Amino acid sequence: MTTSTLPARPEAPARAPRPRGAGRRRFHQWLFVLPALVYLLVFFGYPLVRNVLMSFQEYTPRTYFTGEAPFNGLDNWHRVFENDLFGDALWQTILFTVGSLVGQFTIGLALAVFFSRRFHLSGVIRAVLLLPWLVPMVVSAVVWRRIMDEDHGVLNSFLETLHLSGDGVPWLSSPSVALLSAILVNIWIGVPFNMVILYGGLQEIPRDLYEAAALDGASPWRTFRSVTLPMLRPVVTVVLVLGFMSTIKILDLILALTGGGPADSTQTLGTLTYQLSFLQLDFGQGAVVGNVLILISAVFAVLYLRVNRADLGNGGTR
Amino acid sequence: MNRTRTSGARRAWNTVAALLILAVMLFPVYWMLSTALQPHSSIANVDVVPTSPSLDNFRKALDTQGGSLVTSLLVSLGAVVVALALAAPAAYGLAQFRLRGSRPIVFGTLITQMVPGIVVANALYSAYADLHLVNSYLGLILADASLGLPFSVVLLRAFMVSIPGEVVEAAMVDGANRFTAFVRIVLPMSRNALITAGLFTFLFAWADFIFALTLNTTDDVRPVTLGIYEFIGAHVSDWGAVMATAVLSAVPAAILLVVAQRYIAAGIAGGSIK
Repeated sequence: MTTSTLPARPEAPARAPRPRGAGRRRFHQWLFVLPALVYLLVFFGYPLVRNVLMSFQEYTPRTYFTGEAPFNGLDNWHRVFENDLFGDALWQTILFTVGSLVGQFTIGLALAVFFSRRFHLSGVIRAVLLLPWLVPMVVSAVVWRRIMDEDHGVLNSFLETLHLSGDGVPWLSSPSVALLSAILVNIWIGVPFNMVILYGGLQEIPRDLYEAAALDGASPWRTFRSVTLPMLRPVVTVVLVLGFMSTIKILDLILALTGGGPADSTQTLGTLTYQLSFLQLDFGQGAVVGNVLILISAVFAVLYLRVNRADLGNGGTR
Repeated sequence: MNRTRTSGARRAWNTVAALLILAVMLFPVYWMLSTALQPHSSIANVDVVPTSPSLDNFRKALDTQGGSLVTSLLVSLGAVVVALALAAPAAYGLAQFRLRGSRPIVFGTLITQMVPGIVVANALYSAYADLHLVNSYLGLILADASLGLPFSVVLLRAFMVSIPGEVVEAAMVDGANRFTAFVRIVLPMSRNALITAGLFTFLFAWADFIFALTLNTTDDVRPVTLGIYEFIGAHVSDWGAVMATAVLSAVPAAILLVVAQRYIAAGIAGGSIK
């Protein structure tokens, strides 16, 4: 096919005289993109559409034998919104996400500033600090499950040795502490990523701005507030929005750490979707919670793209 | 002279502080390793430093979870092949050909990274059931490729934009067709970006838990993330073996951190990850 067009090409370099050849070339060019495009439509486009449809269908454990899932209007939505667990899961998802982001970002930024100083081994230590982020999340959660064990965990024996707590803290066994514990573990997982991105951002800030601030006699804190933070803003937004996207949908960490318990105190929208669909086999209600999750993500996606476009615009004019 | 000495002392203190931070951050990793090395660690007593380390727990872990590790390896490598085979040509097309609609496609690729995995799994399960892909290697490989493909497209496209078009045109004048030129010229030039994309796809697929959990109903295809999850349900008393499994499943990350440090740095700098 291509060989027939090739001899003609040197004499006809322009597109206009040979519309047919141009069309074929366009077609060949599209063949590069098409397989990935089809894949993305199947593995992301289809699930998004299908989830909306499923949320209006009645799925029962029998559905997978009969293949029947009749449409049932807003039944799934009503049932989910009347379920107290949904409200709890929504609230806990917000707490988990906000708590994780605040912790990850603050510690990550502090470490990024610290590692911007020049000292021996700085680069090596920064690299090794990435390990917690690279280990599979389920594995980290399992290790922390052991560390946070109320009776036999090393965390409580450590606190007892320091006389900070007489009887063990029920990290994972008390409904009022478990969510906080999950947040702490997730902060531990997320700090390296925040640190690395923010560190990269700090290196981009021109040195002479700091020299100017020093000439003006600005204190370190004043310099941080008036030079570092404003210059770092685009990177900060990217880190926070990416962090939000990945935190709001977390499932593995919680399933392996607490299983959503005790007493549903660590259920999130992600674990609730899993529970409804894959444990109760009510894929209709699972789809409803999944759609709520997507809706929240979509709002922030719009926010992210707005900010991103603004940053791109700045980059273009400068 | 005096000044350099004080700044030298300050540097040393900074290094000490950094090592302390490292010790605190990596304590859980140390604890995992330490527990795994203590063969008779009863539930109650684990020594802080393993006094008589032994590999018994690793033997137990390999006996029960060895197959899962192999499964994880096969599935992750499969996901890398699928993701790169699809992402590399697409990234090239989006970077070099002025195709109408390429901007929305790049945009859409960025958006996909925001779709929660559990939502994909929720819809995919019924489709997989119809296509007999539940409990299959192919099914899990295809699903896991979705974790790395958007990232790979974005990263590779960012690199391939800078390849001069004339290089490929020259090869085509010599008689190569567009695809041959892509394979012979563009792919070798993009070697580093391909390694970075493949490496992250591997890590994402290796760490996958959601698809392994939802798209498998039997033990036929059981990656190590699922293995360790079921492990804590069944044998919660044998923490030594659980921790040994945890160590084994963290090995790829540790190896890559040492061997492929610069690719990891490039990947994170390359932008939107996870």
